Amino acid sequence: MVKDTRISTKLWAAANWTLIGFFIVNLLAMIATVVTSSFATRWLGTWLPAGWTTRWYSAAWSEFQLHDVLLVTFQIVFLVVVLSGLIGVPAAYALARRDFPGKKLVMLLFLLPLLVPPITFGIPLATVLYQTGFAGQMSGVVLANLVPTVPFVILVMIPFIEQIDTKIEQAARVFGANTFKLFVHVLLPLLMPGILAALLLVLVRTLAMFELTFLTAGPTSQTLVVALYYAVFASGVRAVQSIDAMAVIYMVTTLIWLVIALRFVNPTQIVARAKK
Amino acid sequence: MSTDVSIPLKQRLAARGLDGLTLLVVPAVLFLLALFIYPFLYGLFLSFEPKQGGVFANYQRFFSDSFLYGTIGTTLWLALPVTIATLALAIPIAFRVRLMRNQRLLTTILVIPITLGTVLVAEGLLNYLGPQGWFNRTLMTLGLISSPVKLLHNYWGVMLSLVITGFPFTFLLTLSYLSGIDPALEQAGATLGAGPWERFKHILFPLLLPGLAITFCLSFVQAFSVFPSAVLLGAPAGPTRVISIAAYQAAFEEYDYSMASAVAMIMALVQLAIVVAVLAARGLLYRGPAGGGKG
Repeated sequence: MVKDTRISTKLWAAANWTLIGFFIVNLLAMIATVVTSSFATRWLGTWLPAGWTTRWYSAAWSEFQLHDVLLVTFQIVFLVVVLSGLIGVPAAYALARRDFPGKKLVMLLFLLPLLVPPITFGIPLATVLYQTGFAGQMSGVVLANLVPTVPFVILVMIPFIEQIDTKIEQAARVFGANTFKLFVHVLLPLLMPGILAALLLVLVRTLAMFELTFLTAGPTSQTLVVALYYAVFASGVRAVQSIDAMAVIYMVTTLIWLVIALRFVNPTQIVARAKK
Repeated sequence: MSTDVSIPLKQRLAARGLDGLTLLVVPAVLFLLALFIYPFLYGLFLSFEPKQGGVFANYQRFFSDSFLYGTIGTTLWLALPVTIATLALAIPIAFRVRLMRNQRLLTTILVIPITLGTVLVAEGLLNYLGPQGWFNRTLMTLGLISSPVKLLHNYWGVMLSLVITGFPFTFLLTLSYLSGIDPALEQAGATLGAGPWERFKHILFPLLLPGLAITFCLSFVQAFSVFPSAVLLGAPAGPTRVISIAAYQAAFEEYDYSMASAVAMIMALVQLAIVVAVLAARGLLYRGPAGGGKG
């Protein structure tokens, strides 16, 4: 297209960039505040803290029992990732390869948990889980977290599976592979990049999933983000810096996995989850 | 009838797409029926079995107590401006980014708030927007204000945190809809002498509107279910007592699961009403290919 050189166009572009810049600067400054505060000895009424220290990290580690919390978090996240892969990938395969009566209804069933916000379906779900005795322990938290992640895996995997040539599967069938052998020897290797991407996104989402974990977790099954919420909620009891240290630990845990995930996926995949 | 008998049932089912492979979908369907549909129906029935009073006692109580029914207004008063503000920010920025060659770095930065989640953003804003925080400090140094602006523990704190966590979502969704419009359509407009504003008004915006309607619905539903930031950054007893707080308090502070289910059902209904209204309006818009002449 011809380059537009009018002054109004340039002004508009400048205004847009200012907006983008303003957003990013504030976002980064917000994160920087938390990081700075977590290393501060005393920070009152000045631009920068009076001195620097790392003792808040050891304080937070023992105060919030982060050892246990992190252990629980990783157990929950691991279970959610594995189970949503095991349930989701075969279902995605069936949906990608077969057209059956009621398929639209099934697709709607998988779309709804992604469209309805967690807190809306979380309260009835937590009620059921409390009455069946699952909530308050790890199994309840895992079950609740699987509700949005299973459909997420399915919806991310369907286009991945659709682009694999059916002739490859037919060839495997001709040579006598049953469905299980077909999965293990032909499909899994081909789908690995897609599965890895979907599961990494599930991992990041489960780490950051506050509502469902909050509603179903008991004292011994809190994940890091719920522990952080309780710490901020009861702020005043603990030093701000020690809460900030915990926030930094949470941030680093999430961002490491985000960076790994972004090596495999396009960032828009993280949000464009409801697109058909 | 005779053909039905001669063809085995297995083959007839396979012809309709039902064979062993299709059964792979069954575990996922059963799982969601048990943990998504059943709890919803259970909650719906539970909401009609109140602790005391008749069938509709929970709903009567909700709509007669201003402390309860007021939460709908409070939440709408937060969610609608937030949705409109994020869309107003996202559209021009998406149009700008669309022209960029290397979008990856920018989109990555914008994804960060989503992955950090609402709790961390709330914690960060508590530091950043506080009276001694860098935000107020900068404004005061620049001479824009003489005393710190109060942005925490009121409406604005929740509003800002919702915009920060909601904007990336809205932006990336808008961007992906925008990328679906064939640039040839805009180039044709430019060839015929339309300026940037005219191209936006007559070509891109009408094609983008159906996508924007979906984006609006999704952003609104997310903002309407605000919980952690309304508690941490807002004034959860007053101006930002949103509907999810009412539901949470009923369930986990009063242990009245029946009432909590009623509130959750009302919350779902309001979300549904807005989504249906927007999608009905969307039905009036242009529906057709945005991919140019090829398809």
